[in-house]
Amino acid sequence: MKAPDFDYLRPTSLDAALAMLAEHDGGAMPLAGGQSLMPMMNFRVASPEVLIDLADVAELRGITRDGGTVRIGAMTRYAELMADAIVLADIPLFAMALPHIAHDAIRNRGTIGGSLALADPAAEMPALMLALDAKIEVAGASGTRAIKAEDFFLGYFETTLEEDELIIAILIPAASAAQQFGFHELTQRHGDYALAGVALTCSDNTYRIAFFGVADRAVRVPALEAALGNNTEMKIALTHLGDIEFTDDPKASAATRQRLAGVALTRALEGMTS
Amino acid sequence: MSRSIDIQLRVNGEAVKATVPSRLNLVDFLRGDLSLTGSHVGCEHGVCGACTIIVDGNTVRGCLMLAAQANGTEITTIEGLADSGQSAALQAAFTNRNALQCGFCTPGMLASALGYIDAGGAPDRDAIRKHISGNYCRCTGYQSIVDAICDVIEEART
Repeated sequence: MKAPDFDYLRPTSLDAALAMLAEHDGGAMPLAGGQSLMPMMNFRVASPEVLIDLADVAELRGITRDGGTVRIGAMTRYAELMADAIVLADIPLFAMALPHIAHDAIRNRGTIGGSLALADPAAEMPALMLALDAKIEVAGASGTRAIKAEDFFLGYFETTLEEDELIIAILIPAASAAQQFGFHELTQRHGDYALAGVALTCSDNTYRIAFFGVADRAVRVPALEAALGNNTEMKIALTHLGDIEFTDDPKASAATRQRLAGVALTRALEGMTS
Repeated sequence: MSRSIDIQLRVNGEAVKATVPSRLNLVDFLRGDLSLTGSHVGCEHGVCGACTIIVDGNTVRGCLMLAAQANGTEITTIEGLADSGQSAALQAAFTNRNALQCGFCTPGMLASALGYIDAGGAPDRDAIRKHISGNYCRCTGYQSIVDAICDVIEEART
């Protein structure tokens, strides 16, 4: 199908974009890379009256490192992340995970901010944010705030982002020498949404493990992280996966997803690199 | 009104000016307004890859981009790739290897495969399969398509 009709606006500054969002009071949607929003509009799942294309908002671009933090503009495309020297050096987990996000043609358009704002439970990006202890910087009429990834995702396609707010940047702690990273996902076809996937970091035997594709949002399992930190036998550690409320749908039953989550975690741990 | 948008872009080397409805997909603009019907419209939600075109040097799904968003860009469609000879070796290999039957996926498949070859991709069947995983072909079973892409890479190396 084709998208329903809408007004198309293309602001050239963040202030102008925020003013447009506020003016249309819930009737407008920001357009980032459009790789999820466009299909949703074609399916008529989304039908904004106004589309605010963020392509020309310079404040939403660029990757910089400031002290121990890498700051990534929300409109940075996946292909740009994969080619960026700062990202390659300081966020090794991205290099492991990004090739699994859809396909070249999608990665050439899709953006990090767009993925986080959408909060698809099967997407890689929210889980990466949890594993990396990232912060999400948002701007709105009432100013700018940085939200911990833990507090940002509320549920199925649901975040703390208000209707008049935009994600402007993502703040990620640069990797330390002691840190290790792991990633694995199980899909029916390369580039598909994962039936179960996991992204993890480990330093000094302290784990941050985030699963995706398994529940209503990307999830960590504190008891599982603690068990691995205590060198608990894998078979026993994996029983803590029971803490997740697994998705049960025609693609995979909850029992299958739990099993796949265990397989993904085992493989991610085996493939850990620093 | 912001429901009709003025755009200026270059398509296959030629300057194009148009006024388009905001909701018009880029691939529909290319096919309907410019009569460049080589790009095909399959799923219209970014899954099948039949509409793959090249925007500013990078492959893009023509159904997941608005014509309005293409303002100021440089677009190459399969017509452009064929006319310039960029896809000639790959087209010959596709014919040679029977890498197409109905041909619906072929323009998108060629654009994606060229992306792989031009980036210096290796003649590694597994990597090629991964690369073209975003392009559906319902005829060939992909084996012959991978053969054709491997042929082009190997010939270029000898």
